[in-house]
Amino acid sequence: MDIEVVVNPKIVIKDLNFYYGKFRALKDINLSIAEKMVTAFIGPSGCGKSTLLRTFNRMYQLYPKQKATGEIMLDGANILDSKQDLNMLRAKIGMVFQKPTPFPMSIYDNIAFGVKLYENLSRHDMEVRVEWALRKAALWTEVKDKLKQSGTGLSGGQQQRLCIARAIAVKPEILLLDEPTSALDPISTAHIEKLVDELKEDFTIVIVTHNMQQAARISDYTAYMYMGDLIELGETSNVFTNPKRKETEDYITGRFG
Amino acid sequence: MRILPSLYTRRRITNAVGLSISVLAMLFGLFWLCWILLTLLVHGLPSLTPAVFTQMTPPPGNAGGLLNAIAGSVLMTVFGILIGTPIGILAGTYLAEFGQRGWMAPVTRFINDVLLSAPSIVIGLFVYEVYVIRVKHFSGWAGAFALAILVIPVVIRTTENMLKLVPSTLREAAAALGAPQWKVINFITLRAARAGIITGVLLAVARISGETAPLLFTALNNQFWSKDLNQPMANLPVVIFQFAMSPYDDWQNLAWAGALLITASVLTLNIVARVLFRQSATTH
Repeated sequence: MDIEVVVNPKIVIKDLNFYYGKFRALKDINLSIAEKMVTAFIGPSGCGKSTLLRTFNRMYQLYPKQKATGEIMLDGANILDSKQDLNMLRAKIGMVFQKPTPFPMSIYDNIAFGVKLYENLSRHDMEVRVEWALRKAALWTEVKDKLKQSGTGLSGGQQQRLCIARAIAVKPEILLLDEPTSALDPISTAHIEKLVDELKEDFTIVIVTHNMQQAARISDYTAYMYMGDLIELGETSNVFTNPKRKETEDYITGRFG
Repeated sequence: MRILPSLYTRRRITNAVGLSISVLAMLFGLFWLCWILLTLLVHGLPSLTPAVFTQMTPPPGNAGGLLNAIAGSVLMTVFGILIGTPIGILAGTYLAEFGQRGWMAPVTRFINDVLLSAPSIVIGLFVYEVYVIRVKHFSGWAGAFALAILVIPVVIRTTENMLKLVPSTLREAAAALGAPQWKVINFITLRAARAGIITGVLLAVARISGETAPLLFTALNNQFWSKDLNQPMANLPVVIFQFAMSPYDDWQNLAWAGALLITASVLTLNIVARVLFRQSATTH
């Protein structure tokens, strides 16, 4: 494995193994995620990139037959430790999914929902926060007159930006994006890629994408995975122009996948 | 492309035959339904006078109405729903949201399915044995309890099904924000399934509106106007039962009017439930 040691690691993963029942989906993963940078996970379908992403906020714990062993160190504490307060952890780590998931409530309430969980803001402060989140997500000008309308009435691209606004409104430290643009048209995709570029000033971002060109466009570090193994992790420009492993090169040049 | 004419013709004949059989079967079913509705209308409509809604059930040979029966039915249905719906929604929520692990959920589901198909007369006898005999009189409360027991499995089943239709990504999105499970369920999942659950309750109302057997042993019947749920209570199904089997014309006419009333309200409830569900399905 050619894993570059990252300069300012926010998350350090040691010997992570993941099981769906008896099936071993992640095999001895060791990597680190750089702070306030964009790290992309790429690889063919079924290689485990989404699985790896979902271990960061222990989303797998919603389902009985899934478990993880190993260590994921965030700020010195092991996320996988059962003594960790799961909800507090998830408040520090935001997630955006492939399919936009607006809650069945007004746009304003969508954003306020997460904030109300952990902060006691006055009416005015909440409005300020909602506007801030929507501006950051480049959605404010389009929805500022219809904040009370249902979130489900927006277009696909707008809904996804709403989900991003919702995730950043709680001011997490880390943002996990699971193929956030694969269900969107090219114009919305371009919007969101520009957004990611701006967001990395404030947040550590990990993005899973099956679109190699997207990874090349927006990420600082790229990790290539195959069949549950982490093959290579390095600076994006190096991985795409001068990969160290043949498997990486095969994937990047399109020989398979 | 080589087309074999005989094969093609054979396929077309099979298609025509199959289509004809399906249409005939549908017409057969519709025929009986239409005949029932027609009979109800022919016999019931002439007897559906304003007096039906303003006067009490009469002794034989006198004119009268069905007011006490209608009121009694409405009262017991309302209380049956009020008692049964919360229990049903809570249990259905448990089955859908907490039922992935352990043995309690599969057992509950099984018992629920048995209860769902239990003959309503058995339910009536059960309430008779457990409650009516103990207090030594028939009552509207006993009727309401029997109806509640009929409501619970219907609401459990529809609540669980509607909650299971909520995509898991919605739950994950709420959990990813750090919401504890009860908040995810209350504010997100139940809200998303709201229309479907209400539809389930409406269907439960339609179900219990026409049930006769459980009321026979619990609420019995009452000739007079009564608002006291602790006494035998008049209700439409039992009144229809009693009047239809009698030799008196007045009573028989009233029975037809009552039957038409029940059918019309159940039909309306079903249509409202369908429209409501379809509307919510298109806005999400």
